[in-house]
Amino acid sequence: MELVFALIIGSLTASGVYLLLRARTFPVVVGLTLLSYGVNLFLFATGRLSTGQQPIIGSSAGYADPLPQALVLTAIVIGFAMTAFLVVMSLRNLADNEDDHVDGKKPYKSPAPEHEEEVTGK
Amino acid sequence: MSLPLVVFLPFLGAIAAPLFAQGGRTAIAIASSVPALVALAALFPHWETLATGGTVLHSYEWLPAIGISFSFRLDGLALLFALLILVIGLLIILYARYYLKPAENIGKFYALLLCFKGSMLGIVLSGNLLLMLIFWELTSLTSFLLISFWNHKQDARRGARMALAVTGGGGLALLAGILIVGNIVGSFELDDVLAAGDLIKNHSMYPVALSLILLGAFTKSAQFPFHFWLPHAMQAPTPVSAYLHSATMVKAGVFLMARLYPALAGTEQWFYMVSFTGMATLLIGAYTAMFKHDLKGLLAHSTVSHLGLITLLFGMGTELAAVAAVFHVINHATFKASLFMAAGIIDHETGTRDMRRINGLWRYMPHTATLAMVAASSMAGVPLLNGFLSKEMFFAESLELNLPGLWAWLPPIVATLAGIFAVAYSARFIHDVFFNGKPKNLPIYPPHEPPRYMKIPVEILVFACVMVGMFPAISVGPLLNAAAGATLGGELPDFQLAVIHGFNLPLIMSFVAFAGGLVMYSQRKKFFAFHARFREIDEKAVFEAVVLRIVEKANSFTSQIENGSLQRYVMLLVVSVLAVAAMPLLDLGIFVGERGLSPVDWPTAIAAVVLVACALATAVVHRERFYALVLLSVVGLIVALAFARFSAPDLAMTQLSVEVVTIVLLMLALYYMPSWTPIETPLRRRLRDISLSLVAGAGMTLITLAMLTQPFSSISEFFLANSKPGGGGTNVVNVILVDFRGFDTLGEITVLAIAALGIYALLKNTPLTPPPSDGEGHAWSRDAYPLMLRLIARPMLPLALMVSAFIFLRGHNLPGGGFIAGLITSVALILQYIASGMEWTQDRVPFKYHNLIGLGLLFATVAGAGSLAFGYPFLTSTFGYLTWPVVGKFEVASALVFDLGVYLTVIGATLLALVSIGRVSPHSAIKSKRGAA
Repeated sequence: MELVFALIIGSLTASGVYLLLRARTFPVVVGLTLLSYGVNLFLFATGRLSTGQQPIIGSSAGYADPLPQALVLTAIVIGFAMTAFLVVMSLRNLADNEDDHVDGKKPYKSPAPEHEEEVTGK
Repeated sequence: MSLPLVVFLPFLGAIAAPLFAQGGRTAIAIASSVPALVALAALFPHWETLATGGTVLHSYEWLPAIGISFSFRLDGLALLFALLILVIGLLIILYARYYLKPAENIGKFYALLLCFKGSMLGIVLSGNLLLMLIFWELTSLTSFLLISFWNHKQDARRGARMALAVTGGGGLALLAGILIVGNIVGSFELDDVLAAGDLIKNHSMYPVALSLILLGAFTKSAQFPFHFWLPHAMQAPTPVSAYLHSATMVKAGVFLMARLYPALAGTEQWFYMVSFTGMATLLIGAYTAMFKHDLKGLLAHSTVSHLGLITLLFGMGTELAAVAAVFHVINHATFKASLFMAAGIIDHETGTRDMRRINGLWRYMPHTATLAMVAASSMAGVPLLNGFLSKEMFFAESLELNLPGLWAWLPPIVATLAGIFAVAYSARFIHDVFFNGKPKNLPIYPPHEPPRYMKIPVEILVFACVMVGMFPAISVGPLLNAAAGATLGGELPDFQLAVIHGFNLPLIMSFVAFAGGLVMYSQRKKFFAFHARFREIDEKAVFEAVVLRIVEKANSFTSQIENGSLQRYVMLLVVSVLAVAAMPLLDLGIFVGERGLSPVDWPTAIAAVVLVACALATAVVHRERFYALVLLSVVGLIVALAFARFSAPDLAMTQLSVEVVTIVLLMLALYYMPSWTPIETPLRRRLRDISLSLVAGAGMTLITLAMLTQPFSSISEFFLANSKPGGGGTNVVNVILVDFRGFDTLGEITVLAIAALGIYALLKNTPLTPPPSDGEGHAWSRDAYPLMLRLIARPMLPLALMVSAFIFLRGHNLPGGGFIAGLITSVALILQYIASGMEWTQDRVPFKYHNLIGLGLLFATVAGAGSLAFGYPFLTSTFGYLTWPVVGKFEVASALVFDLGVYLTVIGATLLALVSIGRVSPHSAIKSKRGAA
C-alpha cells in the first residue's frame, strides 16, 4: 500500500512539474493543481496510512492522526483560493496582453546588442 | 530627564514649526527658536558638575537584548558641541529669517533644520554607541534633504546625492566598526567603552575596528580622499552651509575622534592613519581653496583644510595636541560660520558669488565688509583673533612630533605651507571682494547693506572671535578645560592660554606664513596660470559616471539571471531543489523502514492505477485543454476517494466539494482562453523538462516511501485525549480547526477573503471578449439554459441548503463543519448560476458577497474575542448542552459561532471569485451554457 501511495504522489509531482514548466498560463494552472494534490496527499501521509480509523472519538478502536488532516483540510481550501487567484491573474494577463504566455508578453528577446557585448566582452 | 528632552525637543519642534509657516517668517523663526532656548536652559544647571570633570547620565532601557539603550551622557566635550549646535543654530534661525524669500517653503526649511539639530544633539549626547549611530545616520538623511532644499536645481540634487552616498557609506563602515568594538568590550555603553581602552587596543581586531570607525569619521568630516562631497554640498542654501558645513555636521567626524580618543588613540596605527590623512587634507584643501572663484567654494575648501588640521592634531596623539584640536573646533566654528553668513549676505545683495565679478564692495557695504574682514583675518591666523591662538598651538605641536630622521621636518613644513596658503586665500577673500577695483556686471546693482537683523548673527560670532583672541583664558578657558579634560578622559596637561607665548619657533612659523601668503597673493596671476595647466577634475561628473557605471553593471548582472522568463525561473527553482535534495536522496535509495509494507487490496489498486494514468495523461494531452481538464477532474475525485479510503472523511468531503468548484472555475476560465496550447518549445527543451519532472517525481516517490514506512510519534495524542473533555466535540479534526488551532483557521479564512477580494479587484472593469466559437469552429449553442437542468436545479437548492445546514451542525461531532458546509452551499448556488444565468440568479441573491465575507470574518473574530470578556485568552471556547423538545439533547459550543464565521467566509469568497469571472463577459448567457456543457 505504501509503495502504491508513494507512486501516486510521484506521478502527481512529475506531471505537475512538467506542466509548471510550460509556456502558457492554462497548463501552468493545471500543473499547479496537480502539484497541490500531490503535496496535500504527502502532508496527509505524514500521519501514516490507516484503514477504518477515522479520528472521531468513539467510532473505532484506534484513531488516525488528526493533526495532518486538519492541516490538509485548510490547505485544500487555501489551495483553491490560490488556484482561483492564479486563474484570474492569467485571465487578466490575457485581457491586457491579448496573449496567454506566462511572461505576460511575447516570448522574451535578449537585451539590446551593445549590452550583450559589454558583458561578454569582459 | 533633561538630556533626552534636549535631544527630542527639536524633533517635536520640527512637527510644530510648519504650523507657524502661515504666520510668516518671523513667527516661524521665533517658534523654531524655542527648542534651543529650552535646551540651553536645561543644560545650564549641569555646568557645576561638568566643570569639575563629572558626567551626567540619563539612561533608559530600550532593547537590552542587543545592548542598545536610550542612554544620554553629558560631559565637557558633549557640552562644548551641544553649545556650538544650539547657539550657532539660534543664530542660523535668525539669519535664515532674512535669507529666505517669503515665497519659499519656509515650513519645510525650518522643520528640516530642527530635525537636523535634534540628530546632531543626539550624536553628541548619546551615551550608547548604537544610539549614537542612529543619530549619525539621521544627520546624513536630514543633511541630504537640506542640501537638496532647492530640489528644482539639478546641481543641488546631485550634490545632495553625493553627500548622502559618501557619508551614508561611511556610516555603514562605522556601524561595522562599532559592532566590533562592542563585541570586544561586551557593551555599547560609552562609559564601558571609554574605560576599556587598553582591552580594545590590544585586541587582534583593533586595526579592523579602527579602520572602519575612522572611515566613518573621515567621510563625515570630509577628509582626503573623501573630501570631494563637501564643496559640492555648497549648492545648499547658505544658512545650511553655515550651519552644517562649518559648525556641526562636518564636525561630527571630528567629534567621533575626540569622543573615542581614550578608547582608540595612542597607538602606531592611530598615529599614522589619522595624522597622515589630516596632513594630506590640510594641504590639499588649502591649496585648492586659493583657486576657487566661487565665494562659497573657497570657504568650502578652506573648511576641508581646517578639518584636516583638526584631524592632524588628534592624530599626533599628544595631550596638548588634543587640547589644541578641541580649541580649534571652537575657533573654526565661530569664524567659518560668520564667513559663510557674510558670503550669503554678499550673494543676497549682489546676486552672484563669483569673485571675478564681486569687487570693491567696501564702498557699498562697509559694515558687512568690516565683519567679514575680521573673520577672514581670524581664518588667516592674525594675532589678537582666535584663529591665531589655535594655529600657534598647532605649529608648536607640529614641532614636537618624534618622527625619525628627516621625517621630523615634514609636519612643520606642511603646517607652514598650509599656513601660507591659508593667508593667501584669506587675503584673496578680503582683497578681491571688498577692494580690487569696481564690481563688474553684478545682477543686482548697486548692492547695499542687508537688513539690520541679518547682520546680528555675524556680529555676535565676530565678537566671539575677538573676545577669544584677546582674552582667551577668561572667555573660553573654563569650557575648553572641561571639554579637553573629557576628551582625554583624565588629567589635563599643563597649558597656558595666552595671546603671546613669547618669541619662539611657532611665532617665526607664523611670520613666515604671513609673509609667504601675502607674497603668494601678490603673485597670484602666476599661480593661477600654473594651476590652469592642470585639467580640473569635476568630482561631480566623475561621481555620476561611477554611479551610472555601477547601476549599469548591476542591471546587466540582473538581466543575466533575471530575464523575465517565468519558465526559466521555475526551471531554476526545480533544479536547485533537486540539487539540494540529490545527495540525501542518493544516500537514501529505495528505503523501506521498520513499519514495512502493508498489503494492497484490489479496489485500491485499481483506483491507484486510474489515478496515475490520469495524472500522466493530463500532462501528455495538455495541449487539448478541455481533455486535460476532464482528466484533472478524475484525478481530483480519486484523491477524494483516497482520503476516504485512508480514514479521513472530512478531507474526502472537502476535496470533493473543492474539486467541483475548481473544475467549474477552470471551465469558466477556459471559455475565454484559447482551447488548445500551441507547440512552441523545441523538442530538446521538452525532453529536458520531461527528465526534470521525472527526476522530481522519482524523488518524491522515494521520500514518501521512506517516510510512510518509518515509525513515528505524534503530538496528536493530546488532541485525541482532550477533544471531548476540552473542546466538547468528538470530531477531532473539526475541534482542532475551530478550537485548538482556531487562530490558524482565523488566519486562513482571512487569506481566503483577501484572495477573493483580490480576484474581484483584478477583474473589475476588465474587458475580455470570448471567442465567437469553440476551438473546433462550432458556434456556441443557442439554448443557453437547458430546460432539464433548470428544472432540476431549482428544487435542488433548498435540499442542498438543508444538507449543508446538517453538515454544518453535526461538524463538531461527526464529519462536517464550516468549511465543508460552506463549500456545499457554494456548489448549490453555483448550480443555480449555471442553470439559470447570471442575471436571474443575481437578482434573487439578497446580499452582496463582499458583505458576506465581512460578516463571516466578523463572526469568527467576535466569537474569538468573546472569551476575552470572560478573562480567557483569545479564542478560548466553551460549550454546554440544551435539551430541545423534539431533537433532544443538543450540544451548543461557542466554537459553533466561530465555525459559522468560517462557513460564511467560505461561501462569500468562493462565490465572489466565480461570479467575478462570470461577470467579465458581456454575454454571460453563453458562458453559463458553456459551464454546464
